[in-house]
Amino acid sequence: MEDGGAARPHGLTDGDGSTPGGTLKVEALKSRLASVGYIADDALAMALHLALRLGRPLLVEGEAGVGKTEVAKAFATATGARLIRLQCYEGLDAAAAIYEWNYQRQLLAIKAREDDEGADETEERIFSERYLLRRPLLEAITQDEAPVLLIDEIDRADEEFEAYLLEVLSDFQVSVPELGTIRAKSVPHVILTANRTRDLSDALRRRCLYAWVEFPDPERELAILRARVPGAGERLASQVVRFIDALRREDLEKKPGIAETLDWVAALLDLEVESLAGDPGAIRASLVCLLKTESDRAAITPEVLTRITDRAAA
Amino acid sequence: MRPIAPEALTGRVAGFVAHLRLNDFALGPAESAAALALFGDIDGCDPREVRLGLKSLLAGRREEWERFDDLFEAYWQGRGCIRRRPDTPATDSRSRPPPGPWRNHLAPPPAGGSERVHPPGAHGPDDGEARGRGRVVASPRSSLARTDLRHLADPAELAEAERLAARLARAMRHRISRRYRNAPRAPRLDLRRTVRRNLGRGGEPVDLVRRRRRDRPVRVVVLLDVSGSMEQYSRFFLQFVKGLTDTWAESDAFLFHTRLVRITDALRDHDPVRAMSRLALLAQGFGGGTRIAESVRFFNTRYAKAALDSRSVVMILSDGYDTGDASAMSREMQRLRRRARRVVWLNPLLGWRGYEPVARAMAAALPFVDCFAPAHTLEALAAIEGELARL
Repeated sequence: MEDGGAARPHGLTDGDGSTPGGTLKVEALKSRLASVGYIADDALAMALHLALRLGRPLLVEGEAGVGKTEVAKAFATATGARLIRLQCYEGLDAAAAIYEWNYQRQLLAIKAREDDEGADETEERIFSERYLLRRPLLEAITQDEAPVLLIDEIDRADEEFEAYLLEVLSDFQVSVPELGTIRAKSVPHVILTANRTRDLSDALRRRCLYAWVEFPDPERELAILRARVPGAGERLASQVVRFIDALRREDLEKKPGIAETLDWVAALLDLEVESLAGDPGAIRASLVCLLKTESDRAAITPEVLTRITDRAAA
Repeated sequence: MRPIAPEALTGRVAGFVAHLRLNDFALGPAESAAALALFGDIDGCDPREVRLGLKSLLAGRREEWERFDDLFEAYWQGRGCIRRRPDTPATDSRSRPPPGPWRNHLAPPPAGGSERVHPPGAHGPDDGEARGRGRVVASPRSSLARTDLRHLADPAELAEAERLAARLARAMRHRISRRYRNAPRAPRLDLRRTVRRNLGRGGEPVDLVRRRRRDRPVRVVVLLDVSGSMEQYSRFFLQFVKGLTDTWAESDAFLFHTRLVRITDALRDHDPVRAMSRLALLAQGFGGGTRIAESVRFFNTRYAKAALDSRSVVMILSDGYDTGDASAMSREMQRLRRRARRVVWLNPLLGWRGYEPVARAMAAALPFVDCFAPAHTLEALAAIEGELARL
C-alpha cells in the first residue's frame, strides 16, 4: 500500500508541524509524476500529496485541455496503482456506475435448472456474486490494493447521482439488497474532474480537496514538451511555447490545450519545420491542430499570426 | 525556526477559517479541524507549503481558488507562524486585536460568536486605504458610500414584484411538465423491473417495463442592467430577479453596467438585509454608463459554458442604450443565441408611446432575440406570462 492511504487526521495538539520531510514529500511526488511524463505545478502536486495523505477525494477543475484526466493517469502510473475510470454522462445511473445483476444470465440459469431445483435454492444461486456485474465504483472498492478511481466529468452526471456518489465517497461501502453491504477492502484514491458545465453541490466540494488547474506557463509547458516530444529541437520547442502562450491571450472561443500543443509540435516536426521564423505557409496550414472552431480561425488573421509568430521567434 | 505552541496555532487557524468564512467561503467547523490537522502532513514552517496545503483544503471552487492567495497573505502576512513576536505569550492570541491587514477585511462582528476571536474597535486609522486592494468584502465605511438598495420603492410593490416573478416561474414550469406527458414511448427496457414484475410467471418476460430519462427543467439566466439609464427600473427588477431565483432552483442571475457580476449567491442569502448589502457592494458603479456588448461578451466567455445548456432561457432586462460598438453587440448576441434555447429581452422603454428600438445596440441585438417585450410596469410584466409559457 502506498505511504498513507489510511493516514488519519492528526490530533489537535499535533501542531508543531516542523517535520522537515513535508516539502521533500511533495517534491518527491512531483518528480515521480515527472518521471512518467506529467509535469505538475506546485499547487497540484500539493493537492495530490494531501489527497494521498488524508485519504480524501480530490476535485480537479480547469479549462478543457489543461490535462485534468491525465493527472489521474499519471498519478496511477507513478504510484503503481491500478486506474479505474468512471466516465460520467447525463443520465448515468447506479446500474451503470455501481452494480447491476446480470439478468440475462439469471434468466438462463432459471430456465436451465427449472425442474430439478427448489425456488429457494434458485434464488440463493442467482443472487450470488457470480451473477453480479461490477461497475467501476463497486470494482474500485473491492480491490485488495488501493486503486486510483478517476471519476471523469462529474458535472455531466445528474444531481441525483452526485448525491449518491457523495454517500459512496464518505462511507466507501455499497449495499446490495440481495447480498448485504459490501465494504471497501482498501480505500481508493479518488480523483474527480469537472469542466464547469454545471455547478457542483457545496456538499461534494466540501468533501473533496480542490485544485484549479491553469494552462501551464511557458516554462512548464516547455518541460512538458521536453518530456512528451523529445524529438523536438530546443529552439523550436521554446518558440512553440511562446507562440502558444501568446495565442491563449487572444480572444478565442476555444483556447488550445496541452494536447493541441503536442499535436501541433508533432505536425511541425512532420512538416520538417525547424523554426517558426522559417515557413509561414506551413505554420498557417498546421494551425488546424490548434484552432478548432470556424470563428477562432477567422479571429487569427494572417496579420495576427505574423505578429504572434514574429514575437515567438524573436 | 522555533516550534509554535499548539494553542496559538489553534487560535490562528480557527481565526483564518473565520476570516475566509466572512469572505463567503463555504466552510464549517469540520474544515477548521481539518485545517489544523493538515499541519501534521506538511512543513508548517514553510509559508508556501502552508498556503498551498490550506488552499487545496479550504478552497472549493475557482472563484475561491483565485482569491485565496490574497486572503491568505492578508491574514498571515507579517505575523504568521514564523514571525510570531517572542514577547507575546502564546495563549494570548485570542484576545489580541487582529493583525493590520486583516482589519480591512472584517465586517462588524455579527452579534455573538466571533466576537471573542476578534474584538471590535480594531479599526486602525491608517490601515484601510494603505493596504486595501478593493476586495469585495463587507465593511461599514464602504457600503455607506454606495447606493443603498434597501430603500428601493414601497414594500407593497416590491412584494408584488416577487409574487409576479414566482408566477412567471410557475408558468414556465407548467409548460415543462406537460412536455413529459407527451413524450414518445421510451425506447429502453428496464430489465430490473421487468424481471421483478414477472417473477410470478417464472421469470418469463411477459410484461415489459420501459424506462425513460427524466427531463431536467429549463434553466433561467437573467442579465440585469443596472446602469444609470435604467436606474428607475433596476431596483424594482432586482426584486423581480430575486423572486425568480428563489422560486427557480436552476437559475442564475447577473448584474451588469460597465462590467458583469454574478449575483445568484447574494440573492439567495437567507438574511435579506445582508443580501441587499452584498448586492450593493457587487453593484459598485451602480448608475454609471452601460457597456452591454462588453458585459455579454464577458458572460459568454466566463460563465456561458457553466450557466447555459440547450434548455436555457436567457432573459435580458435592459433598455439597450449602449456606449459600445454595435457590431460587437451583434456578434456577442449571436454567440449567446447559439448557446441558449431562447433569448428574451425585456425593455422598459418599449412601453413608452412612440418608442422605436433605434438605439444602435438595441437594433443590432434584435435579430437574435426570440421575444422582445415591454417591462415598464407590473402589468406589462404580467402580460408576458403567456409569452414565456410558450417558449
